[in-house]
Order: sequence, then C-alpha cells, then structure tokens
Amino acid sequence: MALVEVRDLVKIYQSDEGIFGKAKREVRAVNGVSLDVNAGETLGLVGESGCGKTTLGRMILRLIEPTSGQIRFNNQDVLNASSGTLRRLRRDMQIIFQDPFASLNPRMRIEQIITEPLVIHGRNGRSGKSRLHDEAVKMIHAVGLDEEALRRYPHEFSGGQRQRIGIARALMLRPKFVVCDEPVSALDVSVGAQIVNLLKQLQREFGLTYLFISHSMPVVRYLSDRIAVMRQGEIVELGTSEEITSNPKHEYTKTLLAATPEAKLQ
Amino acid sequence: MAIASTWTTAATLGRRNRLAAAGMVLVAIFVLFALFAPWIAPQDPAMINLPARLQPPSAAHWFGTDELGRDILARVIYGARISMLVGSSVVVGSLLLGLIFGSIAGYYGGYVDKFFNVIIMNSFLSFPGILLAIAFVAFLGPGIINLILALCIGGWVGYARLVRAQVLAVKEREFVEAARALGASDWRIVSHHIWPNIIQPVIVQAAIGMAGAVLAEATMSFLGLGVPPPTASWGSMLNDGRSHLFDAPHLVLFPAAAVMLAVLSFNFIGDALRDYMDPRSRIEAGL
Repeated sequence: MALVEVRDLVKIYQSDEGIFGKAKREVRAVNGVSLDVNAGETLGLVGESGCGKTTLGRMILRLIEPTSGQIRFNNQDVLNASSGTLRRLRRDMQIIFQDPFASLNPRMRIEQIITEPLVIHGRNGRSGKSRLHDEAVKMIHAVGLDEEALRRYPHEFSGGQRQRIGIARALMLRPKFVVCDEPVSALDVSVGAQIVNLLKQLQREFGLTYLFISHSMPVVRYLSDRIAVMRQGEIVELGTSEEITSNPKHEYTKTLLAATPEAKLQ
Repeated sequence: MAIASTWTTAATLGRRNRLAAAGMVLVAIFVLFALFAPWIAPQDPAMINLPARLQPPSAAHWFGTDELGRDILARVIYGARISMLVGSSVVVGSLLLGLIFGSIAGYYGGYVDKFFNVIIMNSFLSFPGILLAIAFVAFLGPGIINLILALCIGGWVGYARLVRAQVLAVKEREFVEAARALGASDWRIVSHHIWPNIIQPVIVQAAIGMAGAVLAEATMSFLGLGVPPPTASWGSMLNDGRSHLFDAPHLVLFPAAAVMLAVLSFNFIGDALRDYMDPRSRIEAGL
C-alpha cells in the first residue's frame, strides 16, 4: 500500500521583476512528477545535481510549497492540511540532511538537539527532564554513539558522527517516513558506507519507509527496492532496482549507469 | 556557566588588547561611581556655597567649584549615574525594539519585510536621530523617562537593520529547516535557533552603541532637554560652564573629560569585542 502518493507535482521558481519591469523568468524545478512510496520500502531517487530531486523531497514534507499538484500521506491531504494537522503529520515524516555541518544548531548541546522533537510535540509533559534524558540515551545508542556525546556541542564531532546525530533527531518522534536528502554525499566513502548500513539497520528496527535521494547510482542501488530516475524536473524512468540497473530503458538511465565506475568494474 | 564564560571572555580581551583593558577599568570605575555615588562623592552635589563660587581646583575641592559654589568632583561622580543609567537603558531599549522588529522583518520576509525595512526603518533613518529625540522631548517635556524614550526612538533602527541582515542569513541554514520539519513554532525557531546564532554581532553593536548613547545623553542635557536641574549630569554641567569658558575653564574641562573617557572606553571595548568575535582574527590569534 502506498504511504506517500505524489500526483502531478509542479514547482516553478520565478525570478523577481527587475527595476525596469523586465519580463519574469520561469524555472520549472519540478515538472509534473507523480510517484508512490510504498510502506516499508526504500525508494531511491537518483539524478544529476540541479535536476530537482531535493526540491521534490522537500515539497513532500512541505518545507517548500509546491506550485501545483497533490500529495497524500497515509491517505491525508498534505498540501491542504491545517497547521494543526500539519504539525501532527510532521511527527510521521522527517528528513535527514545532506550537510551534517549545517544541519545541527552550533549553539545547542547534542541532548538539546535530539530531545527537541519531543519538547516541540509536548511529549515531555509531567515526566519531565529525566524521561527526556532516558529517551536521548536510548536513541544515541541506537545510532551508535556514546551517552557521553549528549553533553557536547556539534563542533566537537566529525562529519560521520554528526550525521548520526542528525539521524537520531529525525527518528526521535518514531516517524513512519524519512526523506534522506543525500545523507552520505558530504562524507568520505568509508564513513558514508557506515551511515548507509546504519540507515538499513534502523529501517528494520523502526519499520521505516525511506525516500533516498542521491546522485550516486551504486549507493541507491545498494539501499533501494525501487529506483526513480529524475532529469530536468521529470521522472524519466521508475522501476525495481533490478530492472533499472540490469535493463535500463531510458537513454539517460543508461548514461547514468555508464558514468558509474563501480558499475563498470562488475 | 554564562557568567563564567563572560569573565573568561573579558579576561582574554584584556590580556590581548591593552586599550580594551583600559576601557574595562574605566567603565568599571564609572559604574562604581554610579552605584555608590553617595559614599564616594566628597559632598552633596547640589549643595550651594556662593562664597566659594568658581574656585579653581584645590585641596578642599579637587576639581574646583562651579558658579553656585557646588563641588565639581561630586557632580562628576553623580553625573556618572545619569550617564550610565540613561546609556544602558537606551541601549537595552533600542536593542529590544531592534531585535523584535528586525527579527519580524528578516524572518517573515516578503511584504512584511518591505513594510518594516523600506517604509518604517528608512523613514526613521532619514531623520538625524538627535533631531528626532529633540522633537520628542520638546513635545513631551524634559525628564529622564522621556529622555530615554526619545533616544530609543532614534537608536533602534541601527539594531533592527543589523538583526534583520543576520536573521536573513541564519534562517536559510539547514538547522532552521530541520526545526521547521520537526514542527517547531515560529517563536521557537526565532528564540531557540536564530537568536543564539546572531547575538555576537549584536553585542558588539551594543557596546559601541553605549558610547553613542552616553554622548547623546550629554548632548541632550547640554541643550537643556535632559534631566532637569539640580540633578548633576555631564551635559548640563558643560552647558552651565559655557559662560565661564575663559575665566574658569575647569568648569568645562572635568565633565568634558568624563564624557570623553566614557565614550572612548565603550568604543575600545566594542572594537576589541568585534575583533575577538570575528572568526578571521580569532584564527590569527590561534584560538
């Protein structure tokens, strides 16, 4: 069953009118995309830089307002949700960012960062601080860091460790759906591999559904059940990982696969 | 922890920058004057002693006496009260106004930003602040509260513009987007995620703004729009001494020196803070 349904999603960016009233220019970042993400699966979204995959991911979470289209999450309309409904929806859908250096507030301790979701959604309630701390300890262990990390600030950690903290924050509310926006692109290969394996392990543990955005075919192939190939704001091909990698139909998919050194070696 | 780190910052500043150290010592002295004036001053600053008028500095009156025979040292010490009180209230008041309006303009952007930035802030900026303050006090009448309000009205725009620019930069960062994805309210995003990350340049601006506020208070009092007599204020002392500039220059010399030293001190501290918080100079210093 589809957890996320996207229909005809469009995002048009308009450049501001100039002082002398020059004509506005339009950029179609996402151009009529439709796709489903099934519960429990990982859908890989692959494409070159600037093809609109990040915009698509953020529109599904309504971090960017689409120009037109429909998004349903768990059979609820996301785009017409009231602010209260949207707040409740946000518990179920989260995001892991590309840049682990920019995505953590440098002025907060790790404990504050990863318990903030609970504070925002009022789950601290009467049980208060000690319960928040227990939750933080549980989650920091789940992503493979020590309890001692909770007292420190983001700048004291390496990129890989920070990405683990970002993952911990995203999973704190036990979401059903997580958009992974190039979570390993900013990391070196071995650290990236560890994060990919962590994501796989957490998916089993927490029953997660991923939209995994990446420009790297090997990573997407390793992690995904199905792959959507995106180019210039449109999905050009969508199929199981097996189909896409062994029998690509679209020219662009073939080019992408051919451009991947790892794929050639096999 | 905050207090401890403030002390560490002050100690580091002082060690690395002699001027900042001098500034901090002077400000500390002025603050002591302001807080403990009744115990430090040699006599009542308003006590009139006509036989001893216009006396030059002597053992009995270290800074001499003014045209009513009042002790100038006592009046300079009491004058620190008005300067520090008005200066700090004006800085805090303008800072709060600037923080609120600058954050609203920067965070919401679009038409809200256009309204606050283009219309309101620019129209305030098109008047000289001191002219605005004079008009305000002339309208409402002199008095310390009106003086503080008047100076805040001219002073908040500088903070608002700084805050707006900083908020514009920080709100695009991913941790703000992460907070939005978690469903955080606008208030929470601004207070927990944006303000802590923009506060450093605002503090620098406040330290330098303190110098401007002390000077503005002296100007207003000099024009007779400050605190009413007989309260001692450096600006009104300058005004009183104006007519004796040549026969008794000490009437002007000591309050002028007090204003100058106070302004200089806050500027030294502000400059040093700016250097300290600028990451490039921190890297050079090996921090």
